[in-house]
Amino acid sequence: MKITRIGRVSAVALVGALALSACGSDDNSTGSGDSTGSTSAGGTGAGAAGGDAGCGTKAITAEGSTAQDNAIQEAISGFESVCADQKVTYNATGSGDGIKKFIAGQVSFAGSDSALKSTDGKTEAQDAAKACGSPAWNIPMVTGPISIAYNLKGVDKLTLTPALLADIFQGKITTWNDPQIVAVNKGVTLPATPIKPFFRSDESGTTENFTKYLKGSAAAKWAAEPAKKWAGKGEGKAKTAGVASAVKGTEGGITYAEWGAAKDNKLGIAQIDNGAGAVELTGESAGKAIAAAKVDGQGNDLKLKLNYATKEAGTYPIVLVTYEIVCSKYKDAQTAKGVKAFLNHFASADAQKKIEEIGYAPLPDEIRSKVSTAINAIQ
Amino acid sequence: MSSVTGVSVTDETPDSDGRDPLPGDNASTGRLGDRLFGGAARGAGIVVVALVTLIGVFLLVQAVPSLADNHENFLTSQKWDVSDADNLGFGIARLLWVTVISSVLAMLIAVPLGVCIALFITHYAPRVLAKPAAILVDLLAAVPSIVYGLWGAIVVGQYFEPVQSFFIAALGWIPLFEDTGASAASTIAFVSVVLAIMILPIVTALSREVFAQTPTAHKEAALALGATKWEMIRTAVLPFGRPGVISAAMLGLGRALGETIAVMFIVSSLPDGAPWSWSIFNGGETFASKIANNAGEFDSPSKTGAYISAGLVLFVLTFVVNAIARIVIERRKAFTE
Repeated sequence: MKITRIGRVSAVALVGALALSACGSDDNSTGSGDSTGSTSAGGTGAGAAGGDAGCGTKAITAEGSTAQDNAIQEAISGFESVCADQKVTYNATGSGDGIKKFIAGQVSFAGSDSALKSTDGKTEAQDAAKACGSPAWNIPMVTGPISIAYNLKGVDKLTLTPALLADIFQGKITTWNDPQIVAVNKGVTLPATPIKPFFRSDESGTTENFTKYLKGSAAAKWAAEPAKKWAGKGEGKAKTAGVASAVKGTEGGITYAEWGAAKDNKLGIAQIDNGAGAVELTGESAGKAIAAAKVDGQGNDLKLKLNYATKEAGTYPIVLVTYEIVCSKYKDAQTAKGVKAFLNHFASADAQKKIEEIGYAPLPDEIRSKVSTAINAIQ
Repeated sequence: MSSVTGVSVTDETPDSDGRDPLPGDNASTGRLGDRLFGGAARGAGIVVVALVTLIGVFLLVQAVPSLADNHENFLTSQKWDVSDADNLGFGIARLLWVTVISSVLAMLIAVPLGVCIALFITHYAPRVLAKPAAILVDLLAAVPSIVYGLWGAIVVGQYFEPVQSFFIAALGWIPLFEDTGASAASTIAFVSVVLAIMILPIVTALSREVFAQTPTAHKEAALALGATKWEMIRTAVLPFGRPGVISAAMLGLGRALGETIAVMFIVSSLPDGAPWSWSIFNGGETFASKIANNAGEFDSPSKTGAYISAGLVLFVLTFVVNAIARIVIERRKAFTE
C-alpha cells in the first residue's frame, strides 16, 4: 500500500515538474531574447535596402493582421539568413489585437489591414503616439489582392463587374445564368445553379477592403458604409480558411478571399471588369493598382489611398494594403535597430519578389523607395 | 439492506418522523493528518466558490457599462451593432435561441443513445467486449473540439444534405423545419448532431458508473419476481441510476451550451437584418461562437463589454440549468431506494 502511494505521489510530482519545465522553456524562447550572438553581424545585410541598417540583437515581437501572415513568415525565414542573431516573431491574431498590443507596449510593431484611425471617435493614432512617445507611422508593406473565388463546375473563366458583385453579394442576383451575368460572359455556358455567397463572419480587414472597393466602384448599387463587419447577404464563415473551404464544398458558392487562399483551394478566380475590359488577377495587375495609389499621410506616415474605380487597362482593382505600424522614435535604441533591420529586409526587392509566389503582390518600386526612406528615418 | 457503499439504508433515508439522516458526531482526534485534510478540503471548497464568484463579478463589471449604453432591448432585440461606441445596439434574442435549440437537440440525441450504450456495456455486452467498448467511448472525450469541427465541416457535412432535404420535404410546414436555403453542412441541426457526438462520452461514462452500482439485491429481486431482462432494467436499474443520468445529462448540456470552436467552424452566421426564423435548418451563432469569432477585433471597451454581456447571459443560463437539475435530482432521490 505504502509503496503504491509513494509511487503515485512521485508520478504527480513528475508530471508537475514536466509541465512546469515546459512552461519555463516556452517563456525563454518568446520572452527575453538575450541570444549570445555577437553584434558584429551587421556587415552581412545583403538584402537590406537602406544600407545603414545593421542587425540588432534584441528579439523583436510583432502581432496583428492574419492577411499578411504568410508574407511576414516568409520574410522572417529569409531574414534569418541575413541576421542570424536576431529573432523576429509574428503572431497573427488579427489587426485589432495587434494594434491593442502595440498600444499597450507589448509588441515592437503591429501588422494591420488598415492604417491607424483617428476619426469617428476612434483614437488609435493618438493612443499609439502616446505609447511610443512619438508619432506612430503606418508603413505599407504587404499588398494582397483580394480574389473573387467561385466554385462552378465547367466554368473556368468568369468575368464580373463591380455592379454584378454588389448585386450578387446582396442577394439580388440569385442564379449563375442570370441574364446580367451572361451579358458580360459571352461565349461561356453558365449553369442554372443558385448562387451561394459566403462572407467573413468575424470582423475582418478583408471585408473592410472589399466593401471599400464595392462602395468605391459601384456606389449606386452598394449603399452600406465600408466596415470590418459584413453588411451584405449570404452565409457567414469564420476566417479566410472558413470561407474558402465553404466555397470549395458548395457548388455555386462565391466569396472574397485573399489570393493565396483561393489558389491553395484550387478555386476559380473571377476576372474583374472595371470598365476597361476584363483583368485577370496577377501580381503585376494588382501591383498597378498600388502604384496608382496616392499617399494620404504626412511625411513618413505612408497611408495609401487607392483608386478603386480605376479604369486603367490591365489594373486589378480589388487590393488590400496591409501596414506595419511602428513608432517613429523607439524608447529603446536596440528595438529600433532590430525593427529597422527587419523592415528593410522585408521591403527589399528580393523579399518582395518571394512573397509574390505565395499570393501577394510586390510593392511597386515607386512606393518601395518611399517605404525605405520612412524605415531609415525610424529612430 | 444494501451494503454496496458501506452505508446502511437506515442511514440514508429519513425515517418516518422525517428526521434528517444521521450527521455523525463530527468527532476529530485533533491529529495533524486530520487537521491537514480537513483544511485542504475546506480550502478547495472555498477556492471553487471564490472562483465562480470572481468570474461572475468580472463579467458583471465589464458588461454593465455597455449594457447601460445599449439602446436596444438587450433580451429581445436581434440586432448586433457594436462598432460605434457612441451608438451601441445589441440584443441576444437570436444567440439565445440558437444556443438553446442546438443544445437541446444535441441532448435529445445524446442522452438516449448514451444511456443505451451504458446499458449495453453494463448489462448486455459479453465481458470481453464491455471493457474495450467503454474505453472506445471514453476516447471520444479526448478528441479536441476543433477536430470535431473540422471533421464535421469538411467530411460529414456533405452527407447531411439528404437528411435535411427529407425533413424539409416531410415536415417543412412546421416552422421548426422550415427551408431557409442554408447549405446542409452549416445548419443548427447539423451542429447539434456533432455536439451530440461530443457529449456522448460524458453521458455514457457517468451512466455506466451508476448502472454498474445498482445493488445486486434489487436486480435479483426483480428477476425472482419473474421480470424479463428488459423489465428488470426498467424496474431496478433505470430508477436507481436516474439521478446519475440526470447529472450526466447536465454535464453534457454544459459542454454543449459552451462549445465554441466546433460551432464556429460548422454553423454559418447570418448577415445583419436577416429575417427571424425558428428553423433548425438555418444558420446562426451561439453565445460562445459569437464571442470567439470576434475576439480578435475587440478594439474598444464598449465593444468588449457588449460581447462580455453575452457571456454573462451564457453564465447565468448554465447556472439556471444546473440549479434546475439539482432540484430534479433532490426530488427524485427519495424514490430511488
